[in-house]
Amino acid sequence: MTIRLSTLLGATALCAAAGIASAQDTTITIATVNNGDMIRMQGLTDDFKAKNPGIDVEWVTLEENVLRQRVTTDVATKGGQYDVMTIGTYEVPIWGKQGWLVSLNDLPESYDADDILPAIRGGLTVDGELYAAPFYGESSMVMYRTDLMEKAGLEMPDAPTWAFIKEAAAAMTDKDGEIYGICLRGKAGWGENMAFLTAMSNSYGARWFDENWQPQFDSDAWKATLTDYLDLMNNYGPPGSSSNGFNENLSLFQTGKCGMWIDATVAASFVTNPTDSSVADKVGFALAPDNGLGKRGNWLWAWSLGIPAGTQKEEAAKKFVEWATSKEYLALVAENEGWANVPPGTRQSLYDNAEYQKVPFAKMTLESINSADPTNPTVDPVPYTGVQFVAIPEFQGIATGVGQQFSAALAGQMSAEDALAAAQTMATREMTRAGYIK
Amino acid sequence: MARAVTTNRKITMTVIAWSIGFLIFFPILWTVLTSFKSEAEAIASPPSFVFFDWTIENYGIVMERSNYFRFFMNSVVISVGSTLIGLIIAVPAAWSMAFVPGKGTKNILMWMLSTKMLPPVGVLIPIYLIFKNVGLLDTRTGLVIVLTLINLPIIIWMLYTYFKEIPVDILEAARMDGASLRNEIIYVLTPMAVPGIASTMLLNIILAWNEAFWTLNLTAANAAPLTAFIASYSSPEGLFYAKLSAASTMAIAPILIMGWFSQKQLVRGLTFGAVK
Amino acid sequence: MSTQHSRSAARLMISPSVILLLAWMIIPLSLTLYFSFLRYNLLMPGANPFVGFENYTYFLTDPAFFSALTNTLVLVGGVLIITIVGGVLLALLLDQPMWGQGIVRILVIAPFFVMPTVSALVWKNMFMNPVNGLFAYMAKFLGLQPFDFLAHAPLASIILIVSWQWLPFATLILLTAMQSLDSERMEAAEMDGAGPLARFFYMVVPHLSRAITVVILIQTIFLLSVFAEILVTTNGGPGTSSTNLTYLVYAQSLLNFDVGGGSAGGVVAIILANIVAIFLMRMIGKNLDA
Repeated sequence: MTIRLSTLLGATALCAAAGIASAQDTTITIATVNNGDMIRMQGLTDDFKAKNPGIDVEWVTLEENVLRQRVTTDVATKGGQYDVMTIGTYEVPIWGKQGWLVSLNDLPESYDADDILPAIRGGLTVDGELYAAPFYGESSMVMYRTDLMEKAGLEMPDAPTWAFIKEAAAAMTDKDGEIYGICLRGKAGWGENMAFLTAMSNSYGARWFDENWQPQFDSDAWKATLTDYLDLMNNYGPPGSSSNGFNENLSLFQTGKCGMWIDATVAASFVTNPTDSSVADKVGFALAPDNGLGKRGNWLWAWSLGIPAGTQKEEAAKKFVEWATSKEYLALVAENEGWANVPPGTRQSLYDNAEYQKVPFAKMTLESINSADPTNPTVDPVPYTGVQFVAIPEFQGIATGVGQQFSAALAGQMSAEDALAAAQTMATREMTRAGYIK
Repeated sequence: MARAVTTNRKITMTVIAWSIGFLIFFPILWTVLTSFKSEAEAIASPPSFVFFDWTIENYGIVMERSNYFRFFMNSVVISVGSTLIGLIIAVPAAWSMAFVPGKGTKNILMWMLSTKMLPPVGVLIPIYLIFKNVGLLDTRTGLVIVLTLINLPIIIWMLYTYFKEIPVDILEAARMDGASLRNEIIYVLTPMAVPGIASTMLLNIILAWNEAFWTLNLTAANAAPLTAFIASYSSPEGLFYAKLSAASTMAIAPILIMGWFSQKQLVRGLTFGAVK
Repeated sequence: MSTQHSRSAARLMISPSVILLLAWMIIPLSLTLYFSFLRYNLLMPGANPFVGFENYTYFLTDPAFFSALTNTLVLVGGVLIITIVGGVLLALLLDQPMWGQGIVRILVIAPFFVMPTVSALVWKNMFMNPVNGLFAYMAKFLGLQPFDFLAHAPLASIILIVSWQWLPFATLILLTAMQSLDSERMEAAEMDGAGPLARFFYMVVPHLSRAITVVILIQTIFLLSVFAEILVTTNGGPGTSSTNLTYLVYAQSLLNFDVGGGSAGGVVAIILANIVAIFLMRMIGKNLDA
């Protein structure tokens, strides 16, 4: 990025957030997460500027939690600080319903919106209006060390069960050699441990709420989920797992300390990247485990670009969203960084591409995404949509609170029963307050 | 000291003091060292202190990704600006409280300090809405206003305690000589007050530089200072210790260096009237 | 002693500060107070009906509230004890004759300049991380199990981080105070046969009491609102074991986006902070005759 200090200094003082932009030169402000794919996008800004003269781009890159808090505050108060926001499949339906996002149905024919994977597109559409364009999509799957699996004398099936995962974790663990059979998320947060645990609970036949919005943490299915999770982590997990999120586990896996890791499919490109990963050539992939109940423990998420309603730079913002989520962008990344680093999980055409099919995790990623069903996520019927979340505004708060309890259970501060009881009380309290439970 | 100190004792004290000083400083030193390592070396076991391949690669990556200079300038403008404005407002107030104390002076002072105890999160949404309506979101002006207000009590308190130490006799003498109020301030008080003002200024620049709640929540692209810069390096994907260390070093180095160079002045004013 | 003229001038000079601070206090506070009686969630715009004390009831009966209250007190108290005891000892040490005193002072003062976010990130990742952290390495080197600080001793770890940041401040103030101690009196006491401990407790400590009061006052103001350190390291967890009041209010208003509940929490926090303030001011008033 070049330093354009003089212009910036002047601009900052005078036009501020009011958005006084001249006709020739529009500057759009984009809020995004500091994930690898987004940082790559930031690095490719020049291509966008070359194709769209007269539009300048300002990046606000923040850590996920900070970002979420900032953009939500801004969009809800109509603060107008950003023209493009990076949001997920949780926010889009809620915000779309509130009319906080600009509809993207009018993107040009050449954008080929029909090419977007149906599962992903469905999660970003409210009443027929596409409210955000997916930048990358992900499900979750098992990533495992082929060498350790072989050493343990086991073979990973394409679609393992939880029982097999446990068996393999036990066989792979070598605590003296700092090899931990399984790494899972333990850090509290609705997008951290609760994303994993909610998806896992789906495969155990559990659900967050019954049809009357009564919380279900007192069910046997949740008890089985949490007990098995704690059992796996306490016996075969790394130390300090109650503060491990996606990034911490990624580091562990890349440095060869995990036998298996069940997490976002997007991690596949990081763990197979030889410059960052010491185990790049020894990684295998499998679908997320199940318990034979018809649902697998995998989630569905898409980091997407949305445009807040009321921005005065809607045209320029749309141009940017179109550029960043287009087929051409995928080709551009492939050209610069190789096919393995292309933002995955958004377009069918990518998976039809013969070059991309050579990428080792392509097939498993697509299968994982396709096997997730946000509109029908659980074994028993539920009144909500969303696989690893419940698409209601109250969910963030409740799930973060519940996540704290489960994280405390993992840290050994309370038993699984106590954690579930506390979760049940908390969820009931909040749902009553919000008026779901009459 | 009047009594000769034995050399042995001096050696012991030196060793102990240096070790403790080193221990306290170590986290910062370690951060700086790590910033010159490669990501793999940053988490290597056993860790190496000096004997690794020194690289400035991390700084390159950080510079390329973020417009460091703009964050830096924003930090400078915001912290210096809010401190200067704060001083302009606070000096007269502290002066009058120190030299013309009334019955309520002490209570006013205590009340001012107590406003500092308001938890900022409790009032974020109101402030955000007000800022939005007057167009101050993501402006340096807005941040200067907020930081001036939150540090004003500390500035007044520091100046007050410092002014209190200026002997009143001198003022009386000046008054006897017929000095007007204005001359009294300009010729008698100012020279004596300058060191106190300087140290107040330094302390407040540090406090404003490190303030991370308002600066993060009221800015986006234009006015974001180094606290926001750090927020984009705090937990990215993959190995990040070395890059985090580089970004951290860049965020704290300016204020650390300023602090070291001015530590004599800073220390003098840091006493808050604690020393009589 | 002062004339009418200088009195009115004084009032004029103090008024900008008073007016500004009054505005800074009253405007957001009245809005917060107003919001605290509404059902107002940022994510659900609409009527925002008046709900009386419902938000307060919910906040005060939240199981997390009580632990947040205790955690706040433990955090403030813990840091104060560590920094004051440590500060006195360090000041005593730095007051001894030695070589390179200036450099040692520079080393000791450094943590005070470090941004809270940065220090929390550094401690969390590079020291306390149970796999890649330096402490874990040291434990392994000594043949011990690495201790998972942030999971098993979250509040203590945060106290350690915050103390590290505030120790220089306490040390500097106490050192300055100590240096103003009359060394001739000390020597006279020594001549009279007072041992080092007696000298410390009967001469040094009383002399420092004023400085200690100031350290308590200033630090408490900042420690009551410790936030960044918790956000970065533990997110208030595991469970609620490191949630303080500020963090609880944050979770309510910016994680749940429940402005009503968060405002009620804010008002409660403000009331509690003021109770602490009254105590402090009493103490200061006695000890620090302003």
